Amino acid sequence: MLCDNCHERDAVVNLTTIENNAVRQLHLCEQCAAERGVETSVATPKHPLGEFLQAVQQQSVPASADAGRCTFCGLTMKDFRATGRMGCARCYSTFEPSMRELLRRVHGSARHIGRPYRAPQDEVLERASVLGELREKLRRAIEQEQFEAAAELRDRIRVLE
Amino acid sequence: MTLDLSLLPDGGVRWLDASGSHSDVVLSTRVRLARNVDGYAFTARARDGERLRVLAQVRDALRALPGMSGSLVVRVDELDPGERALLFERHLVSKELAGLESQHPLRSGAAVYLSDGLSVMINEEDHLRLQSLQSGFELRAAFAALDRVDRDIGARVPFSYHPEFGFLTACPTNVGTGMRASVLIHLPGLVLTKEIGRVLAGLQQMGLTYRGLYGEGSEVVGNFFQISNQTTLGRSEEDLLDQLVRVVGHVIEREEEARRVLLRDAGYIIEDKLWRAYGTLRYARSLTFDEAMNYLSGVRLAVGLKLIRGLSVYTLNKLLIFSQAAHLSAAEGRSLTESETNLARARYVRKALEDEAGAVG
Repeated sequence: MLCDNCHERDAVVNLTTIENNAVRQLHLCEQCAAERGVETSVATPKHPLGEFLQAVQQQSVPASADAGRCTFCGLTMKDFRATGRMGCARCYSTFEPSMRELLRRVHGSARHIGRPYRAPQDEVLERASVLGELREKLRRAIEQEQFEAAAELRDRIRVLE
Repeated sequence: MTLDLSLLPDGGVRWLDASGSHSDVVLSTRVRLARNVDGYAFTARARDGERLRVLAQVRDALRALPGMSGSLVVRVDELDPGERALLFERHLVSKELAGLESQHPLRSGAAVYLSDGLSVMINEEDHLRLQSLQSGFELRAAFAALDRVDRDIGARVPFSYHPEFGFLTACPTNVGTGMRASVLIHLPGLVLTKEIGRVLAGLQQMGLTYRGLYGEGSEVVGNFFQISNQTTLGRSEEDLLDQLVRVVGHVIEREEEARRVLLRDAGYIIEDKLWRAYGTLRYARSLTFDEAMNYLSGVRLAVGLKLIRGLSVYTLNKLLIFSQAAHLSAAEGRSLTESETNLARARYVRKALEDEAGAVG
């Protein structure tokens, strides 16, 4: 039987997957199975991070795409390969092609389909930060027993809340 | 700063009360979300000042949340090593946040918010690790509680989010949903019938993974396995949870079947072995942690098989936590040497079993 994926090599792995409540049988060659993260040898306890670091090392994106340094935190791809950790959110844009391939290898997909998110608008953040400052001032005023100032601060906080 | 866990309802270990479903097999369910605050480098690369600003920003957001108002804030970076070990042993913070790993020294700004069943670690590998811990097999309930807090915080603090990759995290293995859902499950039947290898290999084929009692990198002791999703990207939170619910449900069935087979084919051998485990715990004068865990596993199995009656799963759960080194030291009020710890452990276990011995038969 030929591999269901590449239709070139002999299938040696029967993979049963469950997607959207439907069971699907796949017959895969060793190579295609490995690409889906299926080990053909008997599974032994493994360190998940070990596999991940291996994937980091096996990336096939040309070295030129990895050149450069994150403008926000200064991380290079060499740093990333050493630790397996990104330095900041900007790194994901700086090294986007490499990261896309890595994420695909690690997760089988590079597209988020979970809960979408919209960051709060600036005015909300502005208000939150002003509130934080006022609360801190209030705490200090109470500590120093400046009750008149505290009452005024409390009113301003109420208005903002 | 001194740590007073008595300020928390039940010391933050309500998840030990064995009230959840399948609690004789599944000890606890944990779901965590990894989030980062936009505008700062991730924790490991951030400067001390940045981490403190992250802490202040999250503190302001949490203070405004009704659900978190009664929570206990612990500045982990101000605790001594014994207190940090205590928080870790109680599963309230990770080893990394507690600064107990040689490669991750304690960070300034490391803190944790503890509320009933919910916690928020700040300045862990990611700026925020929101976590929900529940007794028994309760994945959906654990996620629902967490999702609310996540949305509330995310409406007040801007999270790092990429339109294609989803929530961004320090380690690419957490990118996307940032969600890791796990179930701490006791599988002595599958270990004794030597079926466990096949079951674990099956998990990996399904995109799930397993770890020991303390999560990543920890050894399996006492036949406790933590089963969790491995991928976090390309599938929705609900989809990941559904799969875990289905697979763990199947593992529970396999475990129950293995237990039936053991009783049928080797009834008196098993019964003898398990009562010996009980006898050792009841009378031993010195116990290493691994020994205690293994005998406790036997006694837990015996209780599950109703070979030993009158002993509660809650007592066994408490023994798992309170017979650990930092807890024993805290109870004695001083730090103990290894041999002193083993003596104290045996004493503690004996006392706990003695208290219920009248009913045991």
